[in-house]
Amino acid sequence: MTLHIGQPQRRENARRHLAGRGRFVSDLALPRMLHAVFVRSPMAKGRILDIDTEAASLCPGVLRIFTAADLNPRCQPWVGTLDHFAGMQSPPMNILAEDEVLWAGHPVAMILAHSRAEAEDAADQVLVDIEDAEPVTGGAPVLLPGAPRANEAADSNLCYETLLETPDVDRAFAEAAHVVEAAFTFGRHTAVTLEPRAVVADYDPASGALTVHHGTQTPYQFQDVYARHFGLPEGKVRVIAPDVGGSFGMKLHVYNEEMGAVAASLILGRPVRYVADRLESFVSDIHARDHDVHGRMAVAADGTILAMEVDDLTRIGAVSAYPRTSAAEGNQVIRLMGAPYRMPDYRGKLSVAFQNKVQTSQYRAVGHPIACAVTEALVERAAEATGCDPFEIRARNLIADDAYPHVSATGYQFEKLSHQACLARLREMMDPDALRVEQAALRTRGIYRGFGIASFVEITNPGATFYGIGGARISAQDGAVVRMLPSGDIHCAISVTEQGQGTETIIAQVVADQLGVAPERVSVTTGDTATTPSGGANWACRGAGIGGETALRAGRQLRDRILTLAGALVQADPATLRLAGGAVVDAASGAPRIALEEIGRIATYRPDTLPHGVDHSLTVAHHFAPVGYPFDFTNGIQGSLVEVDTETGLVKLLKHWVVEDCGRIINPLLVDEQIRGGVVQGLGPAFFEECQYDVDGQLTNGSLADYLVPMAVEMPDIEIAHIETPTQDTILGAKGVGEAGTAAAGAAAMNAVNDALRPFGACLTQTPMTPLRILDALDAALKERTAP
Amino acid sequence: MKLPAFEYLRARSPEEAWQLHSEVEGDAVYLSGGHSVVPSMALRLQAPSRLIDISGIADLHGVVAQDNALRIGAMTRHAEVMDNPLVARHAPLLALAAPHVAHPAIRNRGTLGGNLALADPASEFPAAVLALRAEIEIIGPEGSRHVPADEFFLDLYETALAPGEILTAVHVPLPPASRVFAFDEIARRRGDYAMVGAAAQADLEKGMIVDASIAFFSVGFTPVRAKAAQAALIGAPLSRESVARAQASLAEDLDPPDDPGFPAHRRLQLARVLLGRVLNQMETRP
Repeated sequence: MTLHIGQPQRRENARRHLAGRGRFVSDLALPRMLHAVFVRSPMAKGRILDIDTEAASLCPGVLRIFTAADLNPRCQPWVGTLDHFAGMQSPPMNILAEDEVLWAGHPVAMILAHSRAEAEDAADQVLVDIEDAEPVTGGAPVLLPGAPRANEAADSNLCYETLLETPDVDRAFAEAAHVVEAAFTFGRHTAVTLEPRAVVADYDPASGALTVHHGTQTPYQFQDVYARHFGLPEGKVRVIAPDVGGSFGMKLHVYNEEMGAVAASLILGRPVRYVADRLESFVSDIHARDHDVHGRMAVAADGTILAMEVDDLTRIGAVSAYPRTSAAEGNQVIRLMGAPYRMPDYRGKLSVAFQNKVQTSQYRAVGHPIACAVTEALVERAAEATGCDPFEIRARNLIADDAYPHVSATGYQFEKLSHQACLARLREMMDPDALRVEQAALRTRGIYRGFGIASFVEITNPGATFYGIGGARISAQDGAVVRMLPSGDIHCAISVTEQGQGTETIIAQVVADQLGVAPERVSVTTGDTATTPSGGANWACRGAGIGGETALRAGRQLRDRILTLAGALVQADPATLRLAGGAVVDAASGAPRIALEEIGRIATYRPDTLPHGVDHSLTVAHHFAPVGYPFDFTNGIQGSLVEVDTETGLVKLLKHWVVEDCGRIINPLLVDEQIRGGVVQGLGPAFFEECQYDVDGQLTNGSLADYLVPMAVEMPDIEIAHIETPTQDTILGAKGVGEAGTAAAGAAAMNAVNDALRPFGACLTQTPMTPLRILDALDAALKERTAP
Repeated sequence: MKLPAFEYLRARSPEEAWQLHSEVEGDAVYLSGGHSVVPSMALRLQAPSRLIDISGIADLHGVVAQDNALRIGAMTRHAEVMDNPLVARHAPLLALAAPHVAHPAIRNRGTLGGNLALADPASEFPAAVLALRAEIEIIGPEGSRHVPADEFFLDLYETALAPGEILTAVHVPLPPASRVFAFDEIARRRGDYAMVGAAAQADLEKGMIVDASIAFFSVGFTPVRAKAAQAALIGAPLSRESVARAQASLAEDLDPPDDPGFPAHRRLQLARVLLGRVLNQMETRP
């Protein structure tokens, strides 16, 4: 009996946020709290000769100014490597730069004042003398022997490299009827959360307890990080993540500033607040992507994809991010290539290079958009080479829906996917034949429309093979405590967290159905290591699949407790009872036997009236770790319709379609909004978002006036459909959905733009696809056509 | 970032404003809508010791049709420029430009006078007043004067306003019934500063263009009048040929700087495309 799972319930906390009753770390004010501001290196690389803080220390409101010698000894340096990335190197990172500055924005001093404004006034007075050095900001040559190093503490600019190949890949290319290839460049972009990074660290010397109010998606990870790196007992560290204004993977990394706030609070014994302003966010939040990929695809005469070969050079920062590394993105890029297709052979090479820019690391849809864009652009070229249309070539090559389990050429194991069903559904929604007719008619009037499609797989519900296997202290399991209150209401404290996506709402839906109550009677607590069980929390699309299953199993255990107790009270075999409508009812007839409220009253206030030996405890705790497949892959396909203004290079996004299979859908409203938000975060970097650097390693567009995020006016309507293939690894059957939209939106849009430009012979392989790049591509094509 | 400390004073008359301004010579900034001054202070690009709020000065308010011109008070908010029926009737280029200026929250606060006094070369209104051949009304300790828009915008963020002077109003000549207008811009996103924009008006007699006034923005350090393009149009009907001539002559009018993110030749190319579109809109306007 399913009542609320599958229903489009509104997000429980949306009304509170709308009413201005959000509880964000950014708004938190504690007694005796100090405000931190960081003085940052203006140069991308150099050696610190002197930091003169004397004038700044005399500024009004300034309490202390810390440099590396004050803070760094308090904190064990962090190293962003993982054991399963064999041969990976990354020098240790400290809170403040000691000798070398490694990127423009690297914190060199920390000012603590009674207000942020006073701290900023003082920051203007700190004199930092840095001997400028040539920064490493370029592409492939950084890996040549003897190249100048981005980080003198590393023995080269190569952070990590790996090669993945099947034995027959060379033969596949040798025997192919066609080999298509292209070189791609994917720009850097960043998360731009509504609420920037925020932390209030509060060390109480009397109790030796550290409480960190931290706008993060992973409070338990930070409890562990703070305990280990500051030498505190884990039990004395509490991390509270209340409402968080967006995260997208950006808020689960260790940053200098948060560690600095904790160190300062430990030294001063009073609360220290750091909230990044928008300009700081651009030079300190992790950036994403930054890849040059060369890709080739071997195709048989009939359009069968035989093999792919890719070489990905990705440029990170001057050290790898901690604790998840900056190599995970590239690792996923080379493993997701060609994943939707039967393609038997593959070679993927990955090089991860240091450079003097802001670190890159995990951001929504880690690696997916790169792998998808390269694969799908090559599939388009293969279609052209073999005279197939985009739907036909995919129908020929996508894994058949009855051919599971399947192992990809890169070694990923798929339990069951639905590529062919998704493709068929997309064809119905898009009506490509009608679009072709319209396209031809409009071209005669000088209007250039195009459409493109892109199949994808998404990694969700990761088990311990994701990070734990590499030695990272990142939990793959989650925990829930579910209890019935004396009133019969239900409370669930759970380790998965809420950043606006509706985690708490879906957990309430799942728990409600196990206990036969309305979701309104289930309150959910998240985001506090002191009041919720430890777990992985939210990343890599695990909230619904792993968190939901945890809640389901905990809910069922509480159900069994309630039925046992009820059996004793109404003198019935618990097996003949079930929960429905807020009461215990007869399983067969549905006739009410006893209300939950009455059970709660007796268990709480009159346990003395229970028969001897009956357990009246109505609280259960349960932990769940993924079993079976290492990941639950999801799949889907997206379509994009665009109109390119070939005179200005501007692209109008006319329509976007998504068919997605995330297994069991708990809340269709929230699933669709996850997909829409994801699509927008995929279209943003495809057309607008790019962190632009000059040759000196200076970010030249680090403000919201110059860095273009996608806005509602420019976004297309997004039509969504679903295929449901629940995973058999869990009772709930849910997989993740948070990254599906981002995974393929850019790939579909790139194919659409190139379809629109086909009459000109122009083709884009670089994102974002800006007006300038489109005009340049048109000119290049014209030059080629008119060349003698 | 937070604003550095400053003094906030409110002037009730121009005389009081000059007085307050002269007290801290060179270190005061007039505040009207605050949508340029305040962000630039928050970014610590400027740190005046004193902000003098002139929004309470009565003379800066109101939109009035006078004998030969429409007088638009400097404190008129962008949103009002967009909606005011007198502006729509007598200075339609301003009404056409207003929806392109940023977003509603900014248009509700930002003022026409503040916008013109700042003279951002990427902003819409300076080009619109140039195309309208408007006059800028200025008041200062030496008295009141009118400066033609063509002589007002001098260089990057530099205008004919002398230190302490206040821009009080814009006077737009009342147009003849036969005048046609068009305004457009090419921007990455709605509400962004344009890659290039243009405001144009023309007088037609029996299908012939007898006068044309065209101004571009986002093409240099000031809004730029397209004199050669104007000349290419005058005396001809608005036709494919005359438009092409005007587009070709733009290279004489515009010399955009070579921005590393957007080369000069591309900006000129977009200006040509935009001129064609703007003139085409004129033609089709009823």
